[in-house]
Order: sequence, then structure tokens, then C-alpha cells
Amino acid sequence: MSSSASRRPYGVKGAPYGFLLPAALLFALFFALPIGYAVWLSFRKVHVSGLGLGSGARREVWAGFENYTGAFRDSELLHGALRVLGYGCVVVPVMLGLALLFALMLDTDRVRLAPFTRLAIFLPYAVPGVVAALLWGFLYLPDVSPFYFVLGKLGLPQPDLLDGGPLYLALSNIAVWGGTGFNMIVIYTSLRAVPAEVYEAARLDGATPLQIALRIKIPMVAPSLVLTFFFSIIATLQVFNEPTTLKPLTNSVNTTWSPLMKVYQDAFGRGDIYAAAAEATLIALVTLALSFGFLRAANRRNRQEEAR
Amino acid sequence: MSSLALRKAAPAAGTTPGTAQGPPLRRRIALVPTVTLLLGAVYTLLPVAWVVIASTKSGHELFSTFTFLPGTGFTGNLKDLDAYRGGIYWEWMGNSALYAGLGAVLSTAVSAFSGYALATYRFRGRETMFNVLLAGVLMPPVILAIPQYLLLAKADLTDSYLSVLLPQILSPYGVYLSRIYAAAAVPADVVEAGRMDGAGEWRIFTRIALPMMIPGMVTVFLFQFVAVWNNFLLPYIMLSDDERFPLTLGLYTLLEQGANTPALYTLVITGAFLAVLPLIALFLVVQRFWSLDLLSGAVKS
Repeated sequence: MSSSASRRPYGVKGAPYGFLLPAALLFALFFALPIGYAVWLSFRKVHVSGLGLGSGARREVWAGFENYTGAFRDSELLHGALRVLGYGCVVVPVMLGLALLFALMLDTDRVRLAPFTRLAIFLPYAVPGVVAALLWGFLYLPDVSPFYFVLGKLGLPQPDLLDGGPLYLALSNIAVWGGTGFNMIVIYTSLRAVPAEVYEAARLDGATPLQIALRIKIPMVAPSLVLTFFFSIIATLQVFNEPTTLKPLTNSVNTTWSPLMKVYQDAFGRGDIYAAAAEATLIALVTLALSFGFLRAANRRNRQEEAR
Repeated sequence: MSSLALRKAAPAAGTTPGTAQGPPLRRRIALVPTVTLLLGAVYTLLPVAWVVIASTKSGHELFSTFTFLPGTGFTGNLKDLDAYRGGIYWEWMGNSALYAGLGAVLSTAVSAFSGYALATYRFRGRETMFNVLLAGVLMPPVILAIPQYLLLAKADLTDSYLSVLLPQILSPYGVYLSRIYAAAAVPADVVEAGRMDGAGEWRIFTRIALPMMIPGMVTVFLFQFVAVWNNFLLPYIMLSDDERFPLTLGLYTLLEQGANTPALYTLVITGAFLAVLPLIALFLVVQRFWSLDLLSGAVKS
């Protein structure tokens, strides 16, 4: 780190701002401005005078909190939020549980084929969400699916995977399939950063691999578990691609299945950008509140553990 | 689902027979971890294997033969795909390559500048700028994309290549990674020595710092390339002319039409197979000299 910027001749002082200029410009244009515009729109509405014919008959006026009260009363939005909650309750624990399990297994001595399996489990990261949903969508279709083929040969009942409760599992499976590998890499990386002596001491004390995993490894990687949990929650709230892609294959996914699909539908399907802006702002606020609440809770726990 | 069963089996991992029974068995392979990982690999490779096989089937075979039996229609499917709307599929693939390639290069450059500045200089507002940039990660994409669309519409830029390219140049995660790599790879005294020799700040960055940051920047490039290649929402909102569609959006529209006409299924399947090939090939090539661990910000490997 440079000892002090103030001692430096001119040129050095301004340099960091110069280097940050492109990012700052892009941030202002494509993050700050759109967010501000969305918030502004959320307090606006269209006022129609008379029959709404002719120019000037439709004017944009101040709406106060009307769009927000509308969003709160909107049962479609609420149902979408509940659906995503149920979906998230499956996706996040299963995905992170599998990621942790695979990371621990990769970190075991004498494990074979680790480079191959690591790459294979990571592979879905390189598959676009739309293509993943499309592949699984076909695997869920009775006409072409190997699962139905096997079930049929065995004379077992064939559940409809694209309807009702199984639809949640079907959608969750796509997210788990796509997300496990990346999270596994994050956890595995932090596992490998733990010095080997730590395990050596435990092994000499007669700890079994299971005890080492539960008592030493998992607590050691707790920060990366917190991080992956945090990002998984955010990604879950924003689910859009997978249900949208499955929509053509089943009638059970409607255009407002998840809150973000509802926002899209309101903005472009119904053409009410004001209601969509209010809903979008609400979702952003919920995301921010969750994020900060979560980070504060995580920090508090860290501090408590350091104090001990 | 087999994955659920796998999780339950996890605690059994510790009771590997070899460990309790002393030295002779210790040299054996760890059976439970190996099998668990192999099951994981089967789970992740299953849909990929399916699409590879399904793309070899003709429309008739797709519905009549066992799913994991290869068919005879691959060249036919390729011809159909090539003929579909005058070969628009290849345009989609070219568009995806353009969005992802150019977008990732620009994004890596912006990330490198920002990460280097945040890691090596001390200046007023440093942490604030970093935190504000990072907060961008938390914004749900649709919340950005809709006002972005409305604003770009005012500038008459929607339904253009720029409308998909520009909003994806700034990547908060890319800036975050770059800062970590720059802090780890560029020693302060090297920068200082460059100044002693009278080199300007820009020269120090391009001649000294940037070469040291290359492995990290490859990671940022890959991360952003995948992010743009896989993006669906932004082009879905921005574009209406299908000659500018990326692959994800093109395949989606193909599926939407194909849902009612099973004849189009083989096109969708073959298209999906070809869509995953480039990225899988990319990762297989780069993993020879690049480690997956870098993706999570690991600086020692």
C-alpha cells in the first residue's frame, strides 16, 4: 500500500479517480439512473381525462403511494412470493447441502477421480439457465423422458412432474443442478486454505474423518457457507428464467408464477409500467432488507465467536 | 430424487472401513467419497448425455425409441437446423459470441482499472466507492432491466446490439475479484519502484501491474463471458428483432413455437446441444492452465 498520497506530486493523487472513471460512469448510467427512474415511476400514474382520446387526454400525474398499496393488495404478487418461498425452502438447503457434501468428499484423502468429478459437477455452471430448464423440461415430458420409460417398464405409477407439488421439485431440481457446482468450488477453495497441520493434530488425537469434517472442517469454512447461503437466497428471490422456459411445456406455470415474472408481465404484458415499478421497488427493498439483516446477524455471530 | 438420498448418506462418509482398522487398509481408495462424487457426476452429466443422444435422433425416433439409445438422424437434424429460417440459428450463435466476447473484454478492462485503483491507492472515498459498486450485486436484474429498457427507449437505443452490450459491461463481482487479485499480485514496493524510476501512473499500470494481474483477469473474463452468454432476461426485455437475438433467447422462442408442434422438438434439442458445446469446450481447454478455484477469489493455488 502506498505510504501516503499527500506526499506525492500531482498526477498520482488524481490517478485512482481516473482509473475508476469508466466504472463510475457505467454505474451512474446503468445502475443509479435506472434505479432512480424506477423509484420515480413507482410514484406516478397515468391520468385519463374524458374518453382518453386525442393528445393530452392521457397525462402522467403524481400517484403518491397508490401503486404501493395496489401492490400490497395484489393477490397474484403475494401468491408469487409464497411460491418462491416454498421453492427457496427446497433449493437453498439441498443445493448448499450437496455443495458442502461434495466439497468435503473432494477434500478427503485417497479419493479417486477427483479432478474428473469436480469438473463434471461444476459443468452445469457453463450451461445457460434457459438451456438447463429446456433439457430438464424434456426429461420431465412423459413422451421423451427416460424416467417415465423406466417407471412404465416397472409398472410403477407415473407422476406428472409438471403440475402441482412435483412442479416445485421439478423447478428446484433445475436450480440445484445448475448451482451446486459453483458453490462446491467456493466451499472447496476455502477448505483447501485450511493448513494441513490443523487436521494432523486432530488425527493424532484419534479423531475419525467424520469428526474432523463436523468439528473442524465445517466450522472452518463457515464464512464461505454464509457467503454462498447469502447469494443463493438472493438468486432464489430473483428466479425468472427457469419457470419462464418451462411455461411453454405446461399450463401449471402461469405468467405470474414468480414475483419477477409478475413484474415483467405488468410492465410488458399489461403495459402498466407504474405498477411494475412499484413492485420492482418493493422486491428490491425486501432483497436489501434481507441482505443487511443477514449480514448483521452473521457479523454479530462472528464477533461473539471471537469473544469466546 | 437420488440427490436427496445422497445427502442422507453423508454421515456414513466418516465410517469408511479402512480408517478404523489400521494401516494395511489405509492405502486403499476412500470408497464412500469416491462413490458419492461419482453419483454427483452422474447426476450432473445425465441431462447433458441425454441431449447428446437425443440430438442424434430423427423426429420419429425421438418418440419411439428408448431415450438413451442413439439414433440415426444427427446429420438430418443439423440440416433442418441449418435450413430453419435461412440459418438464423448460426446468427444467434454469432450474436452470442459477439455479446459475450466483446462484453467480457470490455468488462475485464473496466474491472482491471477499478480493482487496481481500489487495491493500490489510498484515496478519499475508496471504501464508499467499493461498497456502492458491490451493492450492484444485490439489485435484481429485472429491476434494473425494465427502467434500463425505458431509458434506452428514450435514447432510441432499444432493439440494438448496444442495448444488450452496454448494461453488462460493469460487473460488480468482476470489480470485487479484480481488487482481490490486484491486492495479492501487485506488491506495493514494485509500484513504488516504478515511480522512483519516473514512470507515470498509467505506464506503471500497463507495463508492471497488468502483467502481474493476468491470471486473475483471465478469471474475470471467463466469469463475465459465461454470465453474458447465459443471460436471458436482458435480451428478452431489450430485443424484438430476432436477427439480433443471442442463443438463449433464440432457443426460447423456438421452444415456444415448438410446444405445439412436436416436429420442432428435434430442432430445439439439436440447438440446445450445440449451444452447450462452446462453453464446455472453453472450460475443458482453459482448465489445463487455469484453476477453477480462482473463480471464488482464491489467490494461492
